[in-house]
Amino acid sequence: MTDTLSQVRTTDPDHLAAGAPLVLAQKVEKHFGPLKVLKGIDIAVPKGEVLCIIGPSGSGKSTFLRCINQLERIDGGALWVSGERVGYHREGNRLYELDDKAIARQRRSIGMVFQRFNLFPHLTALQNIIEGPVQVLREPAADATARALSLLERVGLADKRDAYPSQLSGGQQQRVAIARSLAMRPELLLFDEPTSALDPELVSEVLKVMRDLAETGMTMICVTHELGFARDVGRRVAFMDQGQIVEIGDPCIVLSDPREARTRAFINAVRH
Amino acid sequence: MTAETENLIIVPRRHFGRIIGAAVVCIALAAIVRAFAVGQIEWDYVAEFLTVPAILTGLVNTIVMAILAMVLGITLGVIFAVMRLSANPVLSSTAIGYIWFFRAVPALLQLLLWFNLALVFPTIGIPGLASFKTVDVMTPFVAALLGLGIQQGAFTAEVVRAGLLSVDNGQYEAAQTLGMTRLQLLRRIIMPQAMRVIVPPIGNEFIGMVKLTSLASVIQFAEILHSAQNIYYANSRVIELLIVAAIWYLVVVTVLSLIQGRIEAYYARGVAAPAQR
Repeated sequence: MTDTLSQVRTTDPDHLAAGAPLVLAQKVEKHFGPLKVLKGIDIAVPKGEVLCIIGPSGSGKSTFLRCINQLERIDGGALWVSGERVGYHREGNRLYELDDKAIARQRRSIGMVFQRFNLFPHLTALQNIIEGPVQVLREPAADATARALSLLERVGLADKRDAYPSQLSGGQQQRVAIARSLAMRPELLLFDEPTSALDPELVSEVLKVMRDLAETGMTMICVTHELGFARDVGRRVAFMDQGQIVEIGDPCIVLSDPREARTRAFINAVRH
Repeated sequence: MTAETENLIIVPRRHFGRIIGAAVVCIALAAIVRAFAVGQIEWDYVAEFLTVPAILTGLVNTIVMAILAMVLGITLGVIFAVMRLSANPVLSSTAIGYIWFFRAVPALLQLLLWFNLALVFPTIGIPGLASFKTVDVMTPFVAALLGLGIQQGAFTAEVVRAGLLSVDNGQYEAAQTLGMTRLQLLRRIIMPQAMRVIVPPIGNEFIGMVKLTSLASVIQFAEILHSAQNIYYANSRVIELLIVAAIWYLVVVTVLSLIQGRIEAYYARGVAAPAQR
């Protein structure tokens, strides 16, 4: 934990200078009714870092990810992305809830890749990718299309531009979904168990795309069960359990020689 | 062993039940055709009155009324479906009340209520600005349009709500993640997918509406049945004129069914066709 706390500034994070962490969470809490899903998450993710979050199901990993792009509203603490407070606008000591438009604007710079892909089934692969740039960023269709084609090439699906999602395998759908989020030129990419819904033989093609992305310096937060990926690609690994970050640090240490007994038990259970 | 698989002739099974059933149906159909052929129907009159101006005017009125009532019904249906799904209790319970009332009261009764609105409100308008005599405003056309459209809205609201609920929550989340506003994601992502579920029942209701317009004949709206009745009051060719109206209803509904098929195919793009059985 010291690793994160050292990066949490004590100055007012609403007015952080350049070089501030891209994502900053302070005591983030989330409840579903009486159930406390997040019990005070503190973390700072600098630009360009690949952070992998591992942990048993129900530990709050996905919920934390969903809080970052406001698919869930936090019930306590605070979150900043790119130095901007997530979901609220501060004036003096009052926090005003953002309206629909402002929330949509904050989400634009955050891409998200879902476990179930969530491609738009009524649009082709190409149309899926240009939907955001054309409708949200108001890019000219020709520019968006040219960029979408190069993204499809990058994920190895140039020949599938006119295929509907139902005509693609799970691995191909997930690669289109990654291209779709890249088309928005995000500063941050969130991955919510991107390979959990895939047949085993399709996992590697998606992981390869993610690896390539990490090499380009993209800031990524990946909730994953792929410990091998976390070890090779993650700059840091966080182990979450019962709504808390139990342990965070260098992947080699967290995954091979964890300090906490809970971490060790989880890693042994996943390995065997 | 090989003798068991070589040069054996397969004798198809005989379906005696199906053959007998088909024979019974053929006899029944022949009897019905014969009955109409020898019955006291003067088919010449049917042919003659099929295209008289009064019938064609009635046909146009029927089609115009069905389209306008559906437009009003779909508009109200979308508004009340979105209201019903709203988190605001005033909006959602208002929608529930609307759907409850206008689905429960028979369409014919609603038409009569609108037509006789003058008995409740002799004048209508905005107080201090404009005022009209209700009998002048509430013509048969307006009464029929309001009665049919508003009750249709109650049914359509439920169809639209089912369509919106049929779209996976992940679609909302993916669209939100792209930074779409609520209106954008409804228009670009959710509605096109909901339409696949909404179109078949709406097409069905459109066909129902074409026939429901015949109710407006009781409040003197000159739709096709009303025109047919006016003619047979004069010439007593009751059955012939009813057949004329029936033929036109068949034509209109057939055309609508063909259009519905096209629209369904459009909204089914990207979705694999259900397996053939």
